[in-house]
Amino acid sequence: MSVSFALLGLLENGPRHGYDLKRSYDDAFGRDRSLHYGQVYSTMARLLKNGLVEVELEPGDGPDRKRYAITDAGITDIEAWIGRPEKPEPYLQSTLYTKVVLALMTGRDASEVLDTQRAEHLRLMREMTHRKAQGDLADELICDHVLFHLEADLRWLELTTDRLDRLAAQIRR
Amino acid sequence: MTEQTLLTAENLHLTFGETKALDGASLHVRAGEVVALMGPSGSGKSTLLHCLAGIMAPESGRVVYDGRDLTAMSDTERSTLRRGEFGFVFQFGQLVPELTCRENVALPLRLSGVGRREAHRTATSWLERLDVADVADKRPGQASGGQGQRVAVARALVTQPRVVFADEPTGALDSLNGELVMKMFIAAARETGAAVVLVTHEPRVAAYSNREAVVRDGRVREQEFAR
Repeated sequence: MSVSFALLGLLENGPRHGYDLKRSYDDAFGRDRSLHYGQVYSTMARLLKNGLVEVELEPGDGPDRKRYAITDAGITDIEAWIGRPEKPEPYLQSTLYTKVVLALMTGRDASEVLDTQRAEHLRLMREMTHRKAQGDLADELICDHVLFHLEADLRWLELTTDRLDRLAAQIRR
Repeated sequence: MTEQTLLTAENLHLTFGETKALDGASLHVRAGEVVALMGPSGSGKSTLLHCLAGIMAPESGRVVYDGRDLTAMSDTERSTLRRGEFGFVFQFGQLVPELTCRENVALPLRLSGVGRREAHRTATSWLERLDVADVADKRPGQASGGQGQRVAVARALVTQPRVVFADEPTGALDSLNGELVMKMFIAAARETGAAVVLVTHEPRVAAYSNREAVVRDGRVREQEFAR
């Protein structure tokens, strides 16, 4: 979903060829995974069908005679998407909650389940902190986003650890 | 595990009234590593730090630094060791308000017998290193919180200690300033080869460490960091 908005957004500054779009996408967003050409063209086909982009044909032949341009409807769409907050995604809580409750029910060490998870969270936080120190401002912002989310999860893990006795009592009832 | 163990707490016990602050706490700190002590409030993590640093004495158990038993030393011996080998960064209130920032950083050197001129020159280079040279002639009260903490870090590192003890060093700062302090603090500690024992309840601060040790009910659960 965000790929098509990203490609649409890249057209706002002017029409582009498919290969140019792919290159711009990879430069701006493709840190971990670059786009396939096929994905660019299938996304463009869909946006075209929905009237969010239009095609300008250039004279001659060859595969890249098509230049894509954003339509007014496309601009309205991208504007709405940028302005709309993302729905908070569920993280690991439900899976971990199940594990913790099962551990308590079966007499296992539930705090270890949480500590193991906590260590894993902190391991990734170290990795992000390290990556942040090596990178540019874009890396820093991306890593910070991950770090704040991991921190929130980690706080939840800590809080759950502190509440294990209560949870255990509730389960025993 | 290639580095040698520099500082060890063995089975420490300490009681405050009815409360068992430490209840069999053990910890190993290797030369040059950064260990984060985490855990809920009242878990004993600050008490453990104070015992490791020889500020507090445990009722039982041993603290061994570089082969020497801290718990068996006289107060004078411990003070000398602290001044020469250890550095400290606390949440706040550690800088002398009547002295300038430069004088504050130079103070540990002056106490160790370094002459004024040389102490000030070294202090200045540390202030520059932590990017707070512009407050060198100001008093701590005239510096911002983040600058003050960087001055405190400079003061902790100026004697080139082998261990720096930091108790919530960013506790009074906002995210951005806290991060700047941690970044510079840990980079400088790594450059000088100092080990760091870091008490924090903030995961993002703990993420600057090599590994964490969780303190719970006066005991330690160590987590090895395998890269």
